Order: sequence, then C-alpha cells, then structure tokens
Amino acid sequence: MTEFFQSFGMPYEWAWTVATLTGIIVISLLVMFAVAMVIYVDRKVLGAIMLRRGPNVVGPFGLLQSFADGLKVFLQETIIPSAANKGIFLLAPIITFTVALAAWAVIPFDAGMVLADINVGLLYILAISSLGVYGVVMSGWASNSKYPFFSAMRAAAQMISYEVSIGFVLVCVVLFAGTFNMSGIVEAQKGHGLGIINGFFVNPLLFPMFVVFFISALAETARAPFDLTEAESELVAGYQTEYSSMAFALFWLGEYANILLMCSLCTLLFMGGWLPPIEWAPLYYVPGIVWFLLKTFFFFFLFSWIWATVPRYRYDQLMRLGWKVFLPMSLLFVALISGYLMATKIAPIF
Amino acid sequence: MIQAIAFYLFAGLVIASAVMVIMSRNPVHSVLWLILAFFNAAGLMVLVGAEFIAMLLVIVYVGAVAVLFLFVVMMLDIDFAAMRAGFVKNFPLGLAVAAILLAELVLGIGAYSAGGLELGSAETVAAQAPGESNIEAIGRLLYGPYIFLFEIAGIILLVAMIGAIVLTHREPKPGARGRQDIGKQISRRPEEATVMKNPEVGQGVEL
Repeated sequence: MTEFFQSFGMPYEWAWTVATLTGIIVISLLVMFAVAMVIYVDRKVLGAIMLRRGPNVVGPFGLLQSFADGLKVFLQETIIPSAANKGIFLLAPIITFTVALAAWAVIPFDAGMVLADINVGLLYILAISSLGVYGVVMSGWASNSKYPFFSAMRAAAQMISYEVSIGFVLVCVVLFAGTFNMSGIVEAQKGHGLGIINGFFVNPLLFPMFVVFFISALAETARAPFDLTEAESELVAGYQTEYSSMAFALFWLGEYANILLMCSLCTLLFMGGWLPPIEWAPLYYVPGIVWFLLKTFFFFFLFSWIWATVPRYRYDQLMRLGWKVFLPMSLLFVALISGYLMATKIAPIF
Repeated sequence: MIQAIAFYLFAGLVIASAVMVIMSRNPVHSVLWLILAFFNAAGLMVLVGAEFIAMLLVIVYVGAVAVLFLFVVMMLDIDFAAMRAGFVKNFPLGLAVAAILLAELVLGIGAYSAGGLELGSAETVAAQAPGESNIEAIGRLLYGPYIFLFEIAGIILLVAMIGAIVLTHREPKPGARGRQDIGKQISRRPEEATVMKNPEVGQGVEL
C-alpha cells in the first residue's frame, strides 16, 4: 500500500505513515464488525444449546441484534458514581478496548496480509495481552465499590497465573517454528504432519500444549468456566458493576475482541493459520483468509459451546489448575521439546 | 523526520511520567504513571532497533512487576494527612539520596566523556551480523561466552524463589480442616453424597 501512496508523489516515510494508518482503520473496523457478528453467533449458539431461539427479532434471523444493542448503549446516559476516581474510571474501559484492538496489528490473515510483519510478533502479542489486566484492575479500583474491587483482585491474580503457562506454551511453539514472526510460524507448519496435514496440533509433543493453550486462553479471557471476575452469583457483574452506557460497551467489545484474538492465536499457532488443513493442491485455490476465518470461528464455536456446557470453577481450583497442573506440565514439555529437537539435530534418525 | 518526532515524543513522555510518579499524591496514580514510563521506554528501545528488549520490558515490567505493585498499592488505606506529616522528617534523608544520585550521574557522564570503559574483549561484544535478528544475537552471546554467568543468575533467582516459598510456607494448624484433596472431591458421586428419603406425613427425617 505504501507504493500506492508514493505514486501521489509523497516521500517514502509519509506514504508509509498514511498507508499504515489506513491499514489500522481498516483492521479496526473489520474487527469491530466481526465482534458484532460474533456476539450474535454466541447468543444464537447458546440459545440453540438451551433449546430456545436466541435473538430473532431485529433484522432477518436477528442478524442486526448487535447493532441495535450498540445503538441502545450509545444513547444511554453515562453514570459516574460520585465516590469514583473519575479519571481512572473513564480511562479503564478505553484501555481495555484499545489493547484488545492493538494486538491485531501482527495477526496475519493471509500470506503477506498483515499490518506489521515484525520479527518479534509473538512476543508483541504476549506483551499487549499482558496489558489487558490493567483495564480490569483500574476499573475495579476506581469504582470505589466492594464487588468491582474483589473482581479486580481476582482478575489480576488469574491473568498473571495463566500468562505464565501461556508463555511456556508459546516457547514450545517457537522452538519448533524457529522464529517469533507470526507468518514464519504459520509457514513452519506446512506439511508438519507427515507432509500431509498442515498444523502443529498433529505433533504428539505439541498436542498437549495445544490443549493447555486452549484452556489457558479461556482463563486469560475470563470466559466460562473461568469467569470468576464477573461471577454474577457472587460479585453482581464484577468490575463492570458501576459501568453504564458506552463505557460498559467498550468493556464488552474489548472482551469479545480478546476472545477472537485468542481464537485466531489457536489457529495461527497450532492449526496452520491460512494454510488449508490438508496439503492438497486443489485446496490452495480457496483464498487463505477463508481458511483462517473458518478455523477461527471453529474455535469461537468451541468457546460458546464450553460456555453453555460447563459449570463455573471454584477460585482455589482455578489457581491449582494454573500453578500446580499447567505450569509443571508446560515446563516439562519445554524440556522435552528442546531435548527432542537437539536429539534430532545431532542424530537425524528420529 | 518521523524518527525525530517519535524520539522526542517517547523521551518527553518518559521524563514527564517519571516526574509524575514522584509528584502525584495518590500512590495508585504513581504506579500508573510508572507504567506509562515503562511503556514509553519500550518505545525508545524499538526506535534504536532493540525490539526484543522492548518487548521483554513490557512483558516483564508492565505485565508482571507493575501489576504486583498495583495489586499491593491498591489495597493500602491511604491517609493523605499522615503522608504529608512525615514530609519534614523525611526531607533530609530524601535530599541525601537525591544528592548521591546526582553525584553518580555527574560521575558517570564525566567518566563517559573522558573515554568510557572498555567492556569485555572484542569477540564477546555483540557485533550483529547483517540479517541476524536481535533474538539470535542475544542468544548467541548469552548461551555462548556468557553461559556461566547466565546460569549463575538463574541459580540465584531459583534460590531466591525457594527462599521466599520457605519463608512464607505454613503448615496448617492441627485441628484445622487442613488441605483439600481435590481428587477426593472430584471422585465423589451423587450416590455417596445424597440420600433419598420418603418420610411419612408427620414424621421427621433421621439424619
């Protein structure tokens, strides 16, 4: 796109800036649209599992439900509690939302279809997603109210705990791929399963890590069964209790953008991203972005399915799972995988 | 042009937020300004091409250390009057610390402008090969010439971690309900936990 703007006679750096800004706007709008549709899908799936219809009034099949909800919250009054710390109270949802969008900069939707193809892409995602906890913690503290504060405490502990095991899982993937670049990781999965199947998930050493990553992703995005930060039977609505109108909507959108991000990470790291599932030439005629979206929405369906199926964890069980099960397990697999890779490097018979 | 704008933006914000860390009355605000300072410092690292260090700065300091700061500071019950009352008492000490820091800065800059230190030998200093990424260059150094220092650092951290766990570990008191056995809890079936009773009218249930 830079060349396109350069053709108007702009110098390279300004053309680059304009091209990048355009890319940012396009990706943000598309992600926001995807979030709106995904909220609808989430409610429909939940409805189907509970044997009811789900949203079906606004638009054909209720397709416009999310937009109607958006319009509704947009027109509502923003209420700020008088005892709240006003600046931080308003900053918190903005941070959640911005951080949720910022991580999409390094996600490759197709070969070469990525805004920032940086060689520390995976670390960037880890860095940005570690910022997500601030929105929750700040809102909990600034609300100056008991339930949000408890929720913030829970969220801080939960997100830090599961980030550790996510970090080790990413190390395992990077060891196999040999790069931190997202596109490089996808390319490394080409024909990984005996030259037939694309994706790391078929590797017996990486499949357990895939399961750990998926469950940690549920915990990291505070999705059921780990939604203790907004457990309505204990904490009203958790950190969102005091929020209304657009401030609340920003939390909501940020949350779903994060869920979509985690789904696309599952796709990119383990399922071969934009590559077709099987290494077969006719499948390459389907555009890569279609494969990417299909796989991402498959994971989102799993997220909805789990939400509708399983009961909520107890908090001590959540901590036990993170620290006593996933952390030792992922550490063991880092050792196993690096050992295996060294062994195959020295004696390539394996 | 853009590099210069970005540099002055990040550098200015680092300094401004660092000043705000010590200026703001509310400790929670201080921690949040500190996070902004870390973040902009990471931006500066990206500008000089050290993207790996920049990401680590954000992951380690912003993602873990500052969250713990915030976690602790948020739970403080802040009494602003008491905080201000200690100001006069602590002022000389603070001044002394500031003077030492200033002296160190002057000394450091003086030593640097007088020629600076020769750090390490030529083959152990990072000479980045063209086309080699940050991560590979750092890895080559850390796991090459500096492997022992790196492992010693790892051992020290491990010992510190074990020490912290030993210091805070407490056995449950005798008579307390003790540890929960998760396996036992999960393997419990409805038949063992519940009893079906069908009492006659007017008769109670024997529990």
